[in-house]
Amino acid sequence: MIEVKRPKEGFLSVFAYRMAPKEELFTRGHRACQGCAAALGLRLAMKAAGRNTIVVNATGCMEIVSSPYPYTSWAVPWIHVAFENAAAVASGIESAIKVLKRKGRLDPSKKINVLVFAGDGGTADIGLQALSGMMARGHNVTYVCYDNEAYMNTGVQGSSATPYGAHTTTTPAGKVKFGQGYWKKNLPEIAVAHGIPYVATACPSYPLDLIRKVKRSFELEGPAYIHMFAVCPTGWGIPPAYAIKAGRLAAETGVFPLYEVEHGRYRLTLDFEKGLKPVEEYLKFQRRFRHLTPEMIKLIQERVSAEYTRLKIMEETTNRPDYRSIAGI
Amino acid sequence: MAKRRGIEVSIAIAEAAALAEVDVVSAYPITPQTHIVEHLAELVANGELNAEFITVESEHTAMSAALGASLAGARAFTSTSSQGLALMNEIVYIASSMRAPVVMALANRSLSAPISIWNDHSDVMNERDTGWISIFANNGQEAYDLTFMAFKIGEHPDVLLPVMINFDGFILTHVVEPIYMFDKEEVEGFLPPYHHPYVLDPERPVTHGPVGLPDIYTEAKKQQEEAIRNSRKVIDAVWKEFDERFGRRYNAVETYKADDAEVVLVTQGSVTEAAQVVVDEMRKQGRKWGVVEIRLWRPFPFEDLKKALCNGSIKCAVVLDRAISFGGPLGIVMSEVRAALYNLSDRPMVVGVTAGLGGRDIRFDEYVRMFELGEECLKEEKEPDRVIIVGLRE
Repeated sequence: MIEVKRPKEGFLSVFAYRMAPKEELFTRGHRACQGCAAALGLRLAMKAAGRNTIVVNATGCMEIVSSPYPYTSWAVPWIHVAFENAAAVASGIESAIKVLKRKGRLDPSKKINVLVFAGDGGTADIGLQALSGMMARGHNVTYVCYDNEAYMNTGVQGSSATPYGAHTTTTPAGKVKFGQGYWKKNLPEIAVAHGIPYVATACPSYPLDLIRKVKRSFELEGPAYIHMFAVCPTGWGIPPAYAIKAGRLAAETGVFPLYEVEHGRYRLTLDFEKGLKPVEEYLKFQRRFRHLTPEMIKLIQERVSAEYTRLKIMEETTNRPDYRSIAGI
Repeated sequence: MAKRRGIEVSIAIAEAAALAEVDVVSAYPITPQTHIVEHLAELVANGELNAEFITVESEHTAMSAALGASLAGARAFTSTSSQGLALMNEIVYIASSMRAPVVMALANRSLSAPISIWNDHSDVMNERDTGWISIFANNGQEAYDLTFMAFKIGEHPDVLLPVMINFDGFILTHVVEPIYMFDKEEVEGFLPPYHHPYVLDPERPVTHGPVGLPDIYTEAKKQQEEAIRNSRKVIDAVWKEFDERFGRRYNAVETYKADDAEVVLVTQGSVTEAAQVVVDEMRKQGRKWGVVEIRLWRPFPFEDLKKALCNGSIKCAVVLDRAISFGGPLGIVMSEVRAALYNLSDRPMVVGVTAGLGGRDIRFDEYVRMFELGEECLKEEKEPDRVIIVGLRE
């Protein structure tokens, strides 16, 4: 049995969000819905990134709510171009910084972070090609996908990150079809397959864990992908006050495991020694899942258990001394 | 003094971008543009050009990355053709709207389907209303000069707009032509360093690309329209300065033997010089023909065109379109020329023709046919509504 050291703050962060930096760079006054976990996640990520950051935002909820001209919620340089190209724009900005430093037009000693925020539609669907290109080319960019599991900005349409069985306006639960008909695309694993230095999942319900992961992504040279769970009370049909609880239940049931992969080495940053809660606890209070039959819930449970087990195996395997010595990690 | 040497036009265009010391090149391969970016990649690989060459995964990303680089303070260049331009269309429109002075070398090629890698102007006409400054080159020398000058025009603080230089795919790109190439010392001081007033700089945070609600969108578009209209002053000034320093003159509308011509062919791109040869030959037979070229496509040179066509001599302007507007009057340039002259009582008749689609050569006799169509229309006193396709196999 391989012992894996888990970060304490992953556990602590549930309670100790006051330990986060005080400076607000994604500021109040934006127009996000009540209980929007994506907005909270951006705020926390910005605390981690700090002032020397250029933000690239894909079209989507967070872009719309934070920039209705002449207002802006951004205390850092921020750019929005289109829906599918945030990773491409970030590639250009990062290349510009690199060459301008080389030519002495920017101070070479000054670190400027490039941080992308894009939704699951802008990442898993329309923006996947641009993201893949950015990761393959090795741009020094941190890409945060805030995954609220559907096209929320346009009114809750299904994306390839919509979980199996979920009702959306384009995957409605009807008499012969029962919500989203296929399994959620595994974006973090697609990122891992690019062999980039850092991939992580995070959730604003675990604020210090999220902050630590964003910070870590900037410490490592090269592309980083952070898949951030973003509970959407509006789209999921839950009371806004339950957003944080829903995020915690997603982790506790294994529906959204919190882990990171640094140079190919897996680590669950939050594990539950007493085992996972049944997925039903997570599903049952969301309107988007209320039509699920016991058979469908059973299928989901099997899938979640298998994926969690796979992650544990990956963790075990990639932490074995023989693997680590060959892989040089 | 500049050296004149035989060089493939694509390589010369790449050298023009290198002469401008571009900081970021982001481009994707597509025929017939590819030699341009291949050469730039070589220059970067050999350390002859200190730039970042981004091997993007699509043209959409090529333009997106160029836009991002431009607003991050880097001089950005890209090049494409045809389907590549069509794919990047979304960001082409945004680049001008976000005032990113990217320079794009556009090797004009037809659009699918059927797929055709050869030359016409359907790609650029498809992007007519994207808010870019758009200029046509007739030969390699012009493509080289105009590409170099494009940076100075687009980056001017009164302009801050992207510029596309059009040159015909294969007909120009793959031709070896004697071209006067500058060395760095010669152009010293001509092109100032790139400076954008609103770069993405953590010291001075700016918000680029916010949401334009209905109460501001119209005003934003009006400002953009004014910007491209006003760019004309800068374009003229840059061309004048270039002429004074290097002795080559560029005009928004170029004329050839039009002063005493009765019929002129209105052209864009490499057909211009071919038409000039036809005019020279046919003038020997007493035909009073000439050529008027619309070099500056956007901003459209209304006054220059009126002046060129309403010179008291020209009775008929035959406009040669290299693209088709389906279901409309067919001719895009023809429609614009007609509209530009609409309210003038002394305007010449405007007749539209199209030819040379998808790389088909336009033969000598077909040029003659175009002029003669103009003469026939004059005789019949009838201005056709739609363009006539010349060289069509029935």
